[in-house]
Amino acid sequence: MSALALSTRGLDKSFGSLVVARGIEINLPAGERYALIGPNGAGKTTLINLMTGMLRPDAGRIILGDDDITGLKPHERVKRGLVRTFQINTLFPRLTALEAVTLAVCERRGEGADWWRNLPSYRDAIEEAYAILASLRLGDDCERPTHELAYGQQRLLEIALALATKPKVLLLDEPAAGVPQEESGELFAAIANLSQEISVLFIEHDMNIVFRFASRILVMVAGAILVEGTPAEIAADQRVREVYLGSAHHG
Amino acid sequence: MAAPPETNIRPQQFLAAQVRWHPLEIVFWVATLAPFYFFPSYLSLASQIAIAALFALSLDLILGYAGIVSLGHAAFFGMGAYTAGLISKFGWGEPLTGLIIAAFAAGLVGYATSFIIAKFRHLTLIMLTLGIGLLLYEAANSASWLTGGADGLQGIDIWPIFNTFDYDLWGYTAYTYSLVVLFLVFVATRRLIHSPFGLSLRGIRENAVRMPAIGAPSESHIRTVYTISAVMAGLAGALIAQTTSTVSLEALSFERSADVLVMVVLGGAGRLYGGIIGSIIFLVARDQFSGINPQYWLFWIGLLLVMVVMFLPNGILGGLARLKWLQRGKP
Repeated sequence: MSALALSTRGLDKSFGSLVVARGIEINLPAGERYALIGPNGAGKTTLINLMTGMLRPDAGRIILGDDDITGLKPHERVKRGLVRTFQINTLFPRLTALEAVTLAVCERRGEGADWWRNLPSYRDAIEEAYAILASLRLGDDCERPTHELAYGQQRLLEIALALATKPKVLLLDEPAAGVPQEESGELFAAIANLSQEISVLFIEHDMNIVFRFASRILVMVAGAILVEGTPAEIAADQRVREVYLGSAHHG
Repeated sequence: MAAPPETNIRPQQFLAAQVRWHPLEIVFWVATLAPFYFFPSYLSLASQIAIAALFALSLDLILGYAGIVSLGHAAFFGMGAYTAGLISKFGWGEPLTGLIIAAFAAGLVGYATSFIIAKFRHLTLIMLTLGIGLLLYEAANSASWLTGGADGLQGIDIWPIFNTFDYDLWGYTAYTYSLVVLFLVFVATRRLIHSPFGLSLRGIRENAVRMPAIGAPSESHIRTVYTISAVMAGLAGALIAQTTSTVSLEALSFERSADVLVMVVLGGAGRLYGGIIGSIIFLVARDQFSGINPQYWLFWIGLLLVMVVMFLPNGILGGLARLKWLQRGKP
């Protein structure tokens, strides 16, 4: 078995009496594409918030590669290679796409506090940003402000920003949320084409997409991992069917 | 869908075009010399405008670029003013070193408070800046043995610049001095906002949530820019103390914090020249209207402010930029 890129050990989190994460154990091997599915309110986004440090777990540990990162701040986790995207576009509306990705590249290279040299003199950072945008077919529109881009392009920019940080592990929170079904396949094809060195955990509701792109599937219900398995195993699992169809149908 | 234009501007060129000096900028800075030749009787006013513009520039750096709203920026202005005044009172009246020491003192206060500022946003942040401003005001008020309290600081004695240029009644030296400092700080600020750091600041303004998710240490960036801004405000305060040989509590007052915010918003935040244009409008209006109606001149500023924020949300410069954009958009 290949080395683990990301794992969690007994993650717990509750808001008052509402338990949103209960004993979460995830093992994401390097280079794999895992899907995280589950009904609304199951705690999928909360789990991403816990892993990326936007929320602090009540108990448990998060391990990236060989390092315990539970105590690190969000931006420090990104520096180590654990990067997320957002379900609701979380972009820089009045920056152009090129500026936004260049910003992420400069921050990765530790140049974000350089204040004396003009930005255009950072040629390789700009080239790199442009290459990332071009690879997601945003090259032609890279000089437009983010808020002027089409919605689907903004979803791609979400991913472009994450790629600019050179992630080892990418957590994609419904990358195709709001994108018409015929375009979401295209978006996932771009994700499938990512370097095999990047491990991916993605949240997605469209089961066709999940079965097509995930090597393994985690099903989350009410703050806990209900079952984990290959797409074939999940498709055949009675409990998963009950969760999605409701047990009333089986009375 | 229309094909993009064939002339595919290279990404660097696109970014480089934003950095280049615009001809209008050169026109503007040449125009700042006009008071020497055409309005010599207004040189003291011009000097006050240059100082206010420097103060506005310092606020614009945190407000317009990093999105930090402050209602207590006079804290650093006053810190600079009192420091410059006090060191001259205690025997060292050399202006340039005084200026640097005063800026350093303001920067120190800025750095110390930046640790609190960097952790908060929105209303909490505004109240924090307001509170820190009030604290400093009352501290200076109660330490009247040092600051002169409500009577103002007495006994300021500034030596001639380079031991040669003394402060004349007309304000030739004062305006030259203020303008040179403003210009040098402006050039440095212009560089800063076009650097990767400037881009990071705009990132914080545009989306503070995303910044940590791309690995950016936002808090550290905010601490840095807040300190730089405090240094600039301190320079402005020191200039007012040195060119007028007076420092009063007004330098630390809430009114001064509010006035500078109005100047930046009038001119257009996040536009580098916004604060400068705003300070020109504000102080010229005050000069003219207070001649007509000394008690109610703020009425007109209030009216102008209401009009601008209602119809030109990006300030006067933002409105002009949109006008130009509309013209270009015509077939």
